Amino acid sequence: MSDARAVLPAFVWALGRDLRLAVRSRGELGTEIAFYALVVTLFPLTLPPDPALLDTLGPGVLWVAALLSSLLALPRLFAGDFADGTLAAIALSPRPLAALVSGKMAAHWLTTGLPVVVLAPLFALAYHVSATDIAVLVAGLALGTPILSMLGAIGAALTLGARGGGSLLALLVLPLYVPVLIFGAGAVGAVHAGLSPSPHFSLLGAGLLLAALGTPFATAAAVRIALD
Amino acid sequence: MPIAAVFQAHDLAARRGTTLLWQHLAFSLGEGAALVVRGANGSGKTTLLRILAGLTRAEHGTLEWRGRRVHAFAQVLRDDVLFIGHAPALKDEMTARENLASLATLAAEDVQPMDAAAALAEVGIAAHGALPARVLSQGQRRRVHLALLALSTRALWILDEPATALDAQGLAWLEATLAGHCARGGIAVLSTHVPVMIDAADVAEITL
Repeated sequence: MSDARAVLPAFVWALGRDLRLAVRSRGELGTEIAFYALVVTLFPLTLPPDPALLDTLGPGVLWVAALLSSLLALPRLFAGDFADGTLAAIALSPRPLAALVSGKMAAHWLTTGLPVVVLAPLFALAYHVSATDIAVLVAGLALGTPILSMLGAIGAALTLGARGGGSLLALLVLPLYVPVLIFGAGAVGAVHAGLSPSPHFSLLGAGLLLAALGTPFATAAAVRIALD
Repeated sequence: MPIAAVFQAHDLAARRGTTLLWQHLAFSLGEGAALVVRGANGSGKTTLLRILAGLTRAEHGTLEWRGRRVHAFAQVLRDDVLFIGHAPALKDEMTARENLASLATLAAEDVQPMDAAAALAEVGIAAHGALPARVLSQGQRRRVHLALLALSTRALWILDEPATALDAQGLAWLEATLAGHCARGGIAVLSTHVPVMIDAADVAEITL
């Protein structure tokens, strides 16, 4: 009871539970990674085998695929808990709701964003992307994909209980992803143009901080609206 | 001697869509009191319980908990309430024991693994504690969810149809647990279709 209002135990509870559920339902976890791999490998098949062209398009394709695979897992973030009543228990817990949803966001990133960051160098090689560009790409993904999970969580909570929630969610969230995409892919573009990628990283970092501060509260509010 | 009111409702009303479900609902519960909500399907029992738990805003009226007016999701209410909805909030991928421990930790109860096992034994599913929730029957799932009551230290229990899918033995356990809760000064609000005997000093009834 003494730690009921503490932030960390709430965060750890949600993170641990969602990770455990993700690991136990391996099929779903694999789906997103397989989806990412498929999208990324299908693209070169439609393009002429020109290393310069692949190198130019590669980072952009990898970013769009990261966006889509993050989106693919979003409906599951709250829908299961909403349907079986766990979300009501979560919202009525004495623990801070913003910390609980933060834990869920972190679990979403660890199961969808992190694999994308880790696998990106592998797929970037298939696009003939140079080693320096790969480093910039991976750094951008590492900064950007957590923002995707955090912004997406707001959309996932807002579309709870809505008919056609999945497609509505895509329409709601994809425009919000645009700045992340621009600065993330732009970092690689800057290196290509002989410029420093650091302004892009700074903006992504600032976005990450802002999202970390704001989205838990926005998501908590959206969860409460969904339950009302 | 009048008992000090702990949980009070004044002139509550609820609406679903454009129809008014019920209105002018009021009650006053002291420590150790129980409130049984009855009514036909669709009469708004679940809505009332969700309003009392602070999950849904009432169309009209106010709620008071320990002398303070509370709105939906108020921290003072969340610190004291345990809400058990009509669906067992279990995850198929986790075992019965993990589910119970997880729900108890979420409710900020200080639970050791042994406590969860003991609570499951109390509701008669000790033997199935290590089974994934997906293979449990409806009644067993309900029992796992209700075992949370054995671990709960909250003052206000709000139970939506807790007797559903329970057999006679399970119902007897539920009645004893409710009586124990009220004897400790707790307050219980529940909806039910089947007769539930609550051995409490003050048992109020509302029919919607």
